[in-house]
Amino acid sequence: MKIRYLALTLIILSGMSVFIGVSNVTPLDLFQLTEDQAQILLVSRLPRLVSILIAGMSMSICGLIMQQLSRNKFVSPTTAGTLDSARLGILVSLMIFTAASPIQKMLVSFVFALIGTLVFMKILEKIKFKDAVFIPLVGLMFGNIISSISTFFAYRNDLIQNMSSWMQGDFSMIMSGNYELLYVSIPILAMAFFYANKFTIAGMGEDFSKNLGLNYRQVVNLGLIIVALVTASVVLTVGVIPFLGLIIPNIVTIYRGDHLKKSLIHTALLGAIFVLFCDVIGRVIIYPYEIPISLTVGVIGSGIFIYLLVRRKKYGL
Amino acid sequence: MVDIKNVFKLYNQKKVVDDVSLSIEKGTITSFIGPNGAGKSTLISMISRLIAKDNGEITIDGQDIMKTKNNELAKKISILKQSNSINLKLTVRELVGFGRFPYSQGKLTKEDQEKVDEAIDYMELGEIQNKYLDELSGGQRQRAHIAMVLAQDTEYILLDEPLNNLDMRHSVQIMKTLRRLVDELGKTILIVIHDINFASCYSDHIVALKDGKIIKHGRTCDVIDQCVLKDIYDMDIDIQNIDDKRICVYF
Repeated sequence: MKIRYLALTLIILSGMSVFIGVSNVTPLDLFQLTEDQAQILLVSRLPRLVSILIAGMSMSICGLIMQQLSRNKFVSPTTAGTLDSARLGILVSLMIFTAASPIQKMLVSFVFALIGTLVFMKILEKIKFKDAVFIPLVGLMFGNIISSISTFFAYRNDLIQNMSSWMQGDFSMIMSGNYELLYVSIPILAMAFFYANKFTIAGMGEDFSKNLGLNYRQVVNLGLIIVALVTASVVLTVGVIPFLGLIIPNIVTIYRGDHLKKSLIHTALLGAIFVLFCDVIGRVIIYPYEIPISLTVGVIGSGIFIYLLVRRKKYGL
Repeated sequence: MVDIKNVFKLYNQKKVVDDVSLSIEKGTITSFIGPNGAGKSTLISMISRLIAKDNGEITIDGQDIMKTKNNELAKKISILKQSNSINLKLTVRELVGFGRFPYSQGKLTKEDQEKVDEAIDYMELGEIQNKYLDELSGGQRQRAHIAMVLAQDTEYILLDEPLNNLDMRHSVQIMKTLRRLVDELGKTILIVIHDINFASCYSDHIVALKDGKIIKHGRTCDVIDQCVLKDIYDMDIDIQNIDDKRICVYF
């Protein structure tokens, strides 16, 4: 797959995304926008598009980094407790600091996501039985434990409804004014590109890294910080988008290999395309109503995930 | 020169490396032999600072390895462990390119590319340089790893059982290459090896270890000796001279 085909697909889908919706705005109207139409574009459609692009790219890249650092193809924010920890963090910030600003919420959530991921990585080190599929199962169990803690406290504090809005990823509520936190991810993702080589070396193991004079611990920690920060900002603004960090990097690896320098841009583009595609489908399928993105991504994503699992048996991914 | 002075390593109170002192000359191949659990791999890992020693001093060309910057050391000494078998989907050329990391931090300059080319040519990997590692045979993969170490262009090269899982043809090929590296490029090579006949035929010096202690360190012809080998392996090993080579018969 050439990068220009990916870019072209992304542009076409972006166009579709902007012009699909209950209020009618067509490409032709762009030249003579009415007041209302301009409002819809600026307040709702464009923020939605931007947030989809950023969320899609960043969650896919997070998955890629995690898979590289844990040296396991099935580790991702979904399967390592990162998402669940981030949500617990949001809950805690709601409970303790009732008037927390989005940035404060994000920071608390970030701290929880980071701790959760670190704990998972520690568990990973301790596990002797390193079957590729076993590890994410442990991660899912770990995530569910954290999730049940969240539910318990949310229930005690009448916050169940608030919680569920972070449970399901949903772009329909995105409007200018409530999604800007996502921009935090952009400089962080830029760092991921900057560190691409180092992440790749770290993916070859501690001894290998030391031999090449790389500070292994430092690189791994930096990677986890990137993952936790980005995950926190996405969960807080959009909600949980399952499977994304799992399937996109795996698909890209099949045709681009594991050198992050080669696969990062593809991962970012494909991630954005995938989320856009799912979002457009979710908006069209029961038009004029909408299906939340986590549902479409979940259905299509789990299908692809099963395919990857079966394929792995065949080719030994 | 590598100088090792009174080095200890303990695992759970058990001395794995017990007061080892030795110095290794430049421009030689030194083989580390001995039974399983003798501390060979541990020793070589300590020399390359992969694991920390508990006591003693290791210097390379007069510099204490613990006081040298990681990146500087990576230009001086490289190690290839058998556990280095990575499962990433990288091409041979990409892997070899990572050998230049200590110099370029990943952005390969023209000079780096030349070094990568040289290393690939030296290991005769030109035809498969764009293949992914997981498509290669064990011997080809091992050669690719050695090419990476070559691209790292260090004076000292440490190899932990480089012949593991290789057939005879590939083993001989690797050992001949190592010999050429020493004779032509003046590298200093330290290897941990189990096959004493390979050690006998290709190395200049042999260090024999047992229970963490050095039993004998000397020129190959002095160590490949019936009495010495009896001490190391607790078995009678007959030594035959074939074409000026000392071959151990222990079957």
